[in-house]
Amino acid sequence: MATTEARGVGHSVKRKEDDRFIRGAGKYVEDINLPGMLHMAVLRSPFAHARIGSIDASAAEALPGVVAVVTGELLAQHELAWMPTLSGDTQAVLATDKVRMQGQEVACVVADSPYVAHDALELIDVDYEPLPAVTTPQAALEEGAPLIRDDKEGKTDNRIYHWEAGDKEATDRLFGEADRVVTLDTHYPRCHPAPLECCGCVADVNPATGKATIYMTSQAPHAHRTVFAMVAGLPEQNIQVISPDIGGGFGNKVPIYPGYVVAIAASLLLGRPVKWIEDRTGNLISTGFARDFHMRGELALREDGTMLALRVKMLSDQGYAYADAQPTKLKAGLFHIVTGSYDLPAAHVITDGAYTNKAPGGIAYRCSFRVTEASFMIERLVQNAAYELGLDPAELRRKNLIPSDRFPYTSATGFVYDSGEYERALDLALERAGYRELREEQARLREEGRLIGIGMASFTEAVGAGPSRHYDILGIKMFDSAELRVHPTGKAIVKLGVQTQGQGHETTFAQIVAEEIGIPPEDVTVQHGDTDNTPYGLGTYASRSTPTGGAATAMAARKVRDKARQIAAHLLEASPEDLEWERGRFHVKGSPEKAKTIQEIAFAAYTDHPEGMEAGLEAVNYYDPPNLTFPFGTYLVAVEIDRGTGEWNVRKLVAVDDCGVRINPMIVEGQIMGGLTEGFGMAAMELITFDEEGNCIGSNFMDYLLPTSWETPSFEIDQTVTPSPHHPLGAKGVGESATVGSPAAFVNAVIDALAHAGVRNIEMPLTSDKVWAALADAGLAE
Amino acid sequence: MSAPARTKTQEVTQAITVTVNGQQRSADVEPRRLLVHFLRETLGLTGTHVGCDTSSCGACTVLLDGTPIKSCTFLAVQADGRELTTVEGLLRDGELHPIQEGFKEEHGLQCGFCTPGMMLTASALLAETPDPSEEQIRWALSGNVCRCTGYQNIVKAVQWAAARLAEEGR
Amino acid sequence: MYPGRFEYHAPATLDEALSTLDRLGDEAKVLAGGQSLIPLMKLRFAAPAALVDINRIEALDGLSEQEGELRIGALVRHKACERSELLRGRWGVLGDAAPQISDPIVRNMGTVGGSLAHADPQGDWGSALLAADARVVAVRSSGRREIALEDFFQGPFTTALEPDELITEVRVPDPGPKAAGTYLKLERKVGDFATVGVAVHVTFANGSVSRAGIALTAVGPRNLRATAAEQALAGVRLDDEAIREAARLAADAAEPRDDVRGSADYKRNVVRVFVERGLRTAALPEARGDVPRASAAPPGRPEATEEFAGEETAEGVMKEIREKEGE
Repeated sequence: MATTEARGVGHSVKRKEDDRFIRGAGKYVEDINLPGMLHMAVLRSPFAHARIGSIDASAAEALPGVVAVVTGELLAQHELAWMPTLSGDTQAVLATDKVRMQGQEVACVVADSPYVAHDALELIDVDYEPLPAVTTPQAALEEGAPLIRDDKEGKTDNRIYHWEAGDKEATDRLFGEADRVVTLDTHYPRCHPAPLECCGCVADVNPATGKATIYMTSQAPHAHRTVFAMVAGLPEQNIQVISPDIGGGFGNKVPIYPGYVVAIAASLLLGRPVKWIEDRTGNLISTGFARDFHMRGELALREDGTMLALRVKMLSDQGYAYADAQPTKLKAGLFHIVTGSYDLPAAHVITDGAYTNKAPGGIAYRCSFRVTEASFMIERLVQNAAYELGLDPAELRRKNLIPSDRFPYTSATGFVYDSGEYERALDLALERAGYRELREEQARLREEGRLIGIGMASFTEAVGAGPSRHYDILGIKMFDSAELRVHPTGKAIVKLGVQTQGQGHETTFAQIVAEEIGIPPEDVTVQHGDTDNTPYGLGTYASRSTPTGGAATAMAARKVRDKARQIAAHLLEASPEDLEWERGRFHVKGSPEKAKTIQEIAFAAYTDHPEGMEAGLEAVNYYDPPNLTFPFGTYLVAVEIDRGTGEWNVRKLVAVDDCGVRINPMIVEGQIMGGLTEGFGMAAMELITFDEEGNCIGSNFMDYLLPTSWETPSFEIDQTVTPSPHHPLGAKGVGESATVGSPAAFVNAVIDALAHAGVRNIEMPLTSDKVWAALADAGLAE
Repeated sequence: MSAPARTKTQEVTQAITVTVNGQQRSADVEPRRLLVHFLRETLGLTGTHVGCDTSSCGACTVLLDGTPIKSCTFLAVQADGRELTTVEGLLRDGELHPIQEGFKEEHGLQCGFCTPGMMLTASALLAETPDPSEEQIRWALSGNVCRCTGYQNIVKAVQWAAARLAEEGR
Repeated sequence: MYPGRFEYHAPATLDEALSTLDRLGDEAKVLAGGQSLIPLMKLRFAAPAALVDINRIEALDGLSEQEGELRIGALVRHKACERSELLRGRWGVLGDAAPQISDPIVRNMGTVGGSLAHADPQGDWGSALLAADARVVAVRSSGRREIALEDFFQGPFTTALEPDELITEVRVPDPGPKAAGTYLKLERKVGDFATVGVAVHVTFANGSVSRAGIALTAVGPRNLRATAAEQALAGVRLDDEAIREAARLAADAAEPRDDVRGSADYKRNVVRVFVERGLRTAALPEARGDVPRASAAPPGRPEATEEFAGEETAEGVMKEIREKEGE
């Protein structure tokens, strides 16, 4: 039987999923239309903080074409006005007593067309009594600050959590011994994942069958199904969550939003499918934002640049509900990895979270559970330390990078980094960039009055959440799963618990199967996103798919291979131990012509299986990772600043990534380039901010700026490969490395252009006016 | 809660005839109906996407008489008597247009949401500038936002398509 | 995302359009490119009872030079201006402004007339055409008039147009054989409005400036002419000192405000820097029409792997001028 080459791990196989997308035949939630379907629109609060006196929806209800108007009062009758968040707090579905953020959902109109639904929104009369808004976490924690969560029994302040990591005593002692302490206060501002497709669902609760089919933009369909069962009281076996094609997630599609819940409730109550697709304003103003950490870092060093200890104090602006999608035991996600790539003997991290009158969220936008914030903090500190000590920033890093022979490395805050060759990545980046020549050019051009800056970041990522002893979301452990079934004609289907939103799983997971059992990826269908037809998984975010789902796929495939060996032995009349495997076939040791291909074995599994053995050729694996995996790398950016306007242009960007074994290099590089662009956006222009009244600035794409092909720099991508010792394939995951590592590289580059004049900080986003203000202060402006 | 008796919405509509992907299509539409909704809902051509509400992202790009426009910023009634090309119309006699092939060859798409608009704008560029520089490509595509790819592979996809079209002698 | 209801009219001729406007008065808005109006209607910030779509009226999209004067039909799209060979050289202020408006897809639909009628102080055409001393031809059923652009813009989104009037054309006077200009725009990204825009349009005679037009975008309640700066340049050689003085005066004339795009001080400084850069560009021999300039390319974008040398800087340009003068 002829076989095409089974290109497995390491091949840049062209993506199978592309065929439908390039034809415009992708199926996104908004493309789904069901008979009798109604359309839902959301009325949002114009105030950041206000009591609700009354809601008069009578004119809206009377508008021809309107079927229903849902308010908090109606939901409260069904105990649905509030819902749990993924951090164990509560969030309003529709406001009842108060609104606590601008843009909060106050009522929903269900109508026979979205045009009519939006006409009806204008007819709903809400009586608001505005209250003073709390717009910073510092103000939230002040004595006498307005109480935001007065709905919570016994709550008397706006404090959410306090959480510490590391060793205070050891840290204090080392600070006492330090020659230098470098301090940086910085705010990683609020930004937003802003995937190009907004969030939405089609909720179809069938009154005849009782089955609830929910098509939704979900990065975690199984977890969402379980939460819906808990919140809506629908029996879980009657809920089917289907994520069709998703137009980008980046963490935006992990939380459960009020719109989903109201659409489901409306469908249940009306007996018809209800479609809710938010608009961009709704997406930016109300869905899970990212970052918003106020950080103070202190790095203690010796004069020769040896790092001794790190202190970090962080205050998080969580919005009006604590709704981080993160492992429950970790209040600030993985932020305590803030020691980064450096061999720091001690660290002490203090984190606090506060409520404000803003949208809830924080964990999103390729943050890897807050590793973005941590990496930014340490890489900015290290850069500034170089200036303070008069050392080259690359050499200061090199001096302190965790040496290769120290892995697995236990960090000062308890992470066990699996493997790393940090110095090698640094050297490769410096070589590719021509670092020495860049420094010479910088000096030469400075004499001509031109400002060039060279910035870098040597980051460590932590992904693949995670081991069950530490990681759970709402109690559900963070394993993941795969179910592999081989058909009689030698083709296969693998069903996953993870959920792609553009990462190419339909190709890469087929490649894993190809690697393990030799069936070409073209012959392997990858199924995901349908909770009735896939094993339970925790979904795709925090770069976890390859570390957990990829491992599960490999393990399931190995079980299949084990059974295939038994069948092959039966077919070849040999003992299983006498067989050798080369990808795609078993042959008798010493007699390579006596062989059976996997396709022949598959056929036999249904037609000629050994007596006493079950027919079929399939396996399931639920994989509990023994540890996280730790991708790493060095990014180097060179910029030039226009002294007249403060604009900065990237002249060179070199990205060296190590994500262990790369399943599909083309896809890996695509992930990195996308992440570099988002990192560039964060560094250069992306910002959600608020005025004193809590009005949100950044709630549409005129104000929330996304880089276009024109501003976005070109990238030079390179890699090292340091396998993960504990992952079945040696792979680590890569989706968020670039958003973790690059913002500091960009900022450091701009600072580097001005550091000779004493500049040490400009807050993100580094818009031209802020850069120019720094130039002017430093006497460098044109 | 039961649904109230359904009453007809009070719409005033206008008859339009539009040639879409070479086929004449006629319908009655409200003047306020945006072209993107007409394409997606009335004609069932869901390849054209909505990404924003301020005409900023270009996901809705279609070709009007061969020229890229934002179909979310255009009324269906304005298209009466005109020719439109959507992503579904890129195929040439059932075969992929080189721009579609180029996007697959060069990994110019990830989630696919911006891709229809991106490819249409690129195809219009190539029709006018058969051998564009990287600068010209980036400039021409600066009205189409992508969140996934970082644009570099999109540039390569367009260059791939340009080379293929040149080979074909077009 | 969903506009409210309105009556839709699509007149086939100018007369029909004018009588429709007569009838509807200020209940109607004119739909030209729609790239400003339709977004406002989708957000329901504008909710006109009627739209008068003028796109089917013929002969409103001419772009030509007649008797030395430039005539731009109201329905000429920004993209046509971007591509036009006519708007180079002595009309460089217009040819350089066009490609920087909004984004390339919007430019396919947006019109010069619509842009002027919208009168956004952040609009680019307003400044470019002000600097070029343009006037608007406005037509109504009862007659026709020409309005100088200075008088046309009255405030933010406010013009001298009556509800029954339609812009049919923009006319730009002959600057003479030796003229040059450019448009500089600071924007946070492609598609954003200007943080600051500067239009410069200079005519030369006997080695000196005979007339200068300098107009500013996004630093006042409407597009502004920096008249003191213009007057300071009249009759002088465009040397370094004159350029700096004009830039200083132009910055003084600006009325910027603090906002998300920057402080007033910042914007004022950008005005000064841009006027300097714009005048230096106008001073280049190539720009003056002595040597035809290459077709307007998009603003320089640094290549990632290129060396730093080779990009034109202010210092480099001045060095060039001084060298030329020393010859």
